[in-house]
Amino acid sequence: MLYMIFSIVAYLVLAPLVGGFLAGVDRKITARMQGRVGPPVFQPFYDVLKLIEKEDITVNRVQDFYILCFLVFTAVAGGIFFAGESLLLVIFALTLASVFFIIAAFSSNSPYAQLGAERELLQVMAAEPMELMVAIGFYMVIGTFDVSQIIQVGAMPLPYLIGIFLGLVYILTIKFRKSPFDLSMSHHAHQELVKGMTTEISGKTLAMTEVAHWYENILLLGFIFLFFVNGTWWGALIGVVVCLLAYFLEILIDNSFARMKWQIAFKSAWVVTIVVGVTNLLVLAFV
Amino acid sequence: MGTIVFLVGFPLIIALALLVVKADSLRDIIVKLSAIVIIVVSIVFVVMNFSSTMELVNMPYGETIGYGMMAIEVCLAVVIIVLSIKYKKPLAAVFAIIQTPLLIWFELTAGHHIEVANNICIDKLQMIMVLIIGIIGTLICVYAIGYMKDFQKHENEHVREEAKAAGLSEEEIEAAVAKADRRPWFFFLLFLFLAAMFGLVSSNNLIWMYFFWEITSLCSFFLIGFTKTQEAINNSFRALVMNLFGGLGFVLGIITLGSYYGTLELSTMLTIGSMGYSVVVPAAFLALAGITKAAQMPFQSWLLGAMVAPTPTSALLHSSTMVKAGVFLIIKLSPVLGFNWAGIMVMVVGGATFVMASFAAISQSNAKRVLAYSTVANLGLITACGGVGMAGATWAGIMLIIFHAVTKSLLFLCVGTAEHQIGSRNIEDMDGLFEKMPKLAKYMLIGIAGMFLAPFGMLIGKWATLVAFVDSGNILLIVAICFGSAATAFYWTKWMGKLSATMAGRENIQGRVHKEEDTSQIILVVLVVAACLGFPLVSSEMLIPHLGAIFGDVTALALSTNNMILMVIMLLAIVMLFAFYFGKTDKKIVPIYMAGVNEGDNLTFKGSMEKDVPVSLRNWYMDGIFGEKKMCLYGGIISVIGMVLAFTFIVAAMLGGGM
Repeated sequence: MLYMIFSIVAYLVLAPLVGGFLAGVDRKITARMQGRVGPPVFQPFYDVLKLIEKEDITVNRVQDFYILCFLVFTAVAGGIFFAGESLLLVIFALTLASVFFIIAAFSSNSPYAQLGAERELLQVMAAEPMELMVAIGFYMVIGTFDVSQIIQVGAMPLPYLIGIFLGLVYILTIKFRKSPFDLSMSHHAHQELVKGMTTEISGKTLAMTEVAHWYENILLLGFIFLFFVNGTWWGALIGVVVCLLAYFLEILIDNSFARMKWQIAFKSAWVVTIVVGVTNLLVLAFV
Repeated sequence: MGTIVFLVGFPLIIALALLVVKADSLRDIIVKLSAIVIIVVSIVFVVMNFSSTMELVNMPYGETIGYGMMAIEVCLAVVIIVLSIKYKKPLAAVFAIIQTPLLIWFELTAGHHIEVANNICIDKLQMIMVLIIGIIGTLICVYAIGYMKDFQKHENEHVREEAKAAGLSEEEIEAAVAKADRRPWFFFLLFLFLAAMFGLVSSNNLIWMYFFWEITSLCSFFLIGFTKTQEAINNSFRALVMNLFGGLGFVLGIITLGSYYGTLELSTMLTIGSMGYSVVVPAAFLALAGITKAAQMPFQSWLLGAMVAPTPTSALLHSSTMVKAGVFLIIKLSPVLGFNWAGIMVMVVGGATFVMASFAAISQSNAKRVLAYSTVANLGLITACGGVGMAGATWAGIMLIIFHAVTKSLLFLCVGTAEHQIGSRNIEDMDGLFEKMPKLAKYMLIGIAGMFLAPFGMLIGKWATLVAFVDSGNILLIVAICFGSAATAFYWTKWMGKLSATMAGRENIQGRVHKEEDTSQIILVVLVVAACLGFPLVSSEMLIPHLGAIFGDVTALALSTNNMILMVIMLLAIVMLFAFYFGKTDKKIVPIYMAGVNEGDNLTFKGSMEKDVPVSLRNWYMDGIFGEKKMCLYGGIISVIGMVLAFTFIVAAMLGGGM
């Protein structure tokens, strides 16, 4: 119980710090790939601090509320994960959080935000089957959805879940909203419709959105980590290294592709889910 | 025992009374008072019988009642034949001519020698159904009071115009208007429906169940055709034909059960099945009846066609009656389903229907059609749960029945009210509903959240379903639920988004809503939330004992105590956040960005050439990918293949003597 509270607090405190730092590293690496010097590694934190000091304006009375809920439930989803509870509940809480985010964008009734919201919705639909299959895969191999029990198992789950792991890496681009699948909101100014979902979000509220994304990213990396745990320190080390590699891979992909059409994002995600995810589950069921 | 007779008899008497009452005020009072009586008696019935897990009861004068039912069945068959000749729809008559004589011949010959020991079965599933019918069904009747007043107002205007055009005098016009008021017939049907449903869920004698089954088919036929437009008549006959087809399956189920196993009791059939003998033939026929009634593909079109009827009809058909009778039967049969051909058929049909109907819902902009496809999809999930034939899946199926009944009825009532007040049932016209009808928008939002979001009801059911599918090793059903859920989230969220879009300066018209409508909606909102908080109790007090009696040991459940606690905490968090932060801000409100000068109303901007350009936003429907026709075709093909395969194997085994 004490351990559980410790993990939750650690996640709530550390996730934004690590997430923000990773975002800074992302910007640095991206800059170098593009032959620029890039901002300092801690720039995302400076950005957020500056956003908080901005003038308090909003487009309606409810948008801030929805963004607050987005932040809260993203943190709740991560909290459930790091507390060692059910993977399914983590996924459901994360869906709840994204629904709040989408509704926040809808609520502005702004053409650009709403277009972003529809696209975000599409991304959620594209990625969700694979997310669920990740949880189901762990359940079929280890016999539980609970993170606390998955990390205690002696054998590394990866060999049984290679297909599902690949599928997860594929949809990670969608979840991180990285190019070519940064349909709903992008940090590449040249391929964005105004600012997508966040068009009408400003100041403190935009700062909350940023922090929520950091929470989200750390949680997603946590999923990757789970494939490598085997109860030893080197298993954990491999896990962390692979997380960093996956993150680097996403940055690389982000910088090598232009945004694709939503049809490609959606169809390819489902095809990949069927090819690698379903096949993996079939193998688990029959072997 | 007496209570069951009361639950069937009382709504019947009220129905007859409402048939003769013409005055609005008297009808209002009768409906409200009888609603209270039915709700109270339903609760009393459950409390009284709470200690019993399963009780089989014989009914005095059972045989006489049986003959009475037979006589009524003959009358109903005659009615169907006459109507089908009148409206030139021969297919309905054909079914009526086949099945009614077939059953009567069987009853008078082979069936006559089969003794029925227990006509009535009281168990926890029946109690849950009694509560659903008693509480939700009657709330819909109360809602109908207000709704039908508006409905009649529109009708009267229509009649007046026509009469004026025909050049009738004032008195003749008033006479025509009075004649056009067919509400007594409408309320008669609603209460008759409730009576039949109470009878259906309490019957153990399959011939009795069939009797009530046919009455519900007929009630929905008349309700769908209520407006008597050509479309309504066509749709009502489609519903009738499909349900009579299912009824034929029911009859064949009874006949095979009677001739091969020498019983007409559902409980005996399940006991035979649990002893290891195969009852796959009658089970498959009965399941076929359930599939048609639950509007599974390829029979989904009757439920979609039912949308032409006044909204209380849809609410009733979708939530507490009719389609729930279909899944009730399948859940009842679940102990003898599983990995046999009857079970495989049910799983294939349910799984395919869930996915394809969820996809089809994406392409719909008509709110009632979205609700209809969502119902078809969720019934598919419940059907598939029944087909798996394991304790966990059945637990999930019953939970889904409960949550779906509460949430879907709320949503239908909301859409009905919105339709009358904003004059459209199109989701695209619901933007800015938070300004126009703040209360209604909130109810609707809660209803939609209840359909798919954590920590609300349907999600709990889906979660348990998912785990049950994984435990049964059924990969195809897992795939179905993964993709189907993703699509479900898509179409509900975009609807939520439309509702939430803020548009300042709209007139608030919430005050126009009838009090009865508002009351029913509030009670249902409370029930939606109560169901989320109270489901662990329903599980431990009702479902676990029920399933324990049927499947033996029931211990491990999908949702651990920790999970349930977390869900409750999340629910409380949402409620608190809404209470403290919703709609409260001290920030300066500024206009949105429109890539041109915003005219100040957030709806128009000054474009190039100094022209005002209005902005209109539409949701995504992705017709190219999720087109309704395509999805229904695929779903229908998969289901038909499943059914044909199953029946081919069953018949082949029967002819080979392998039973």
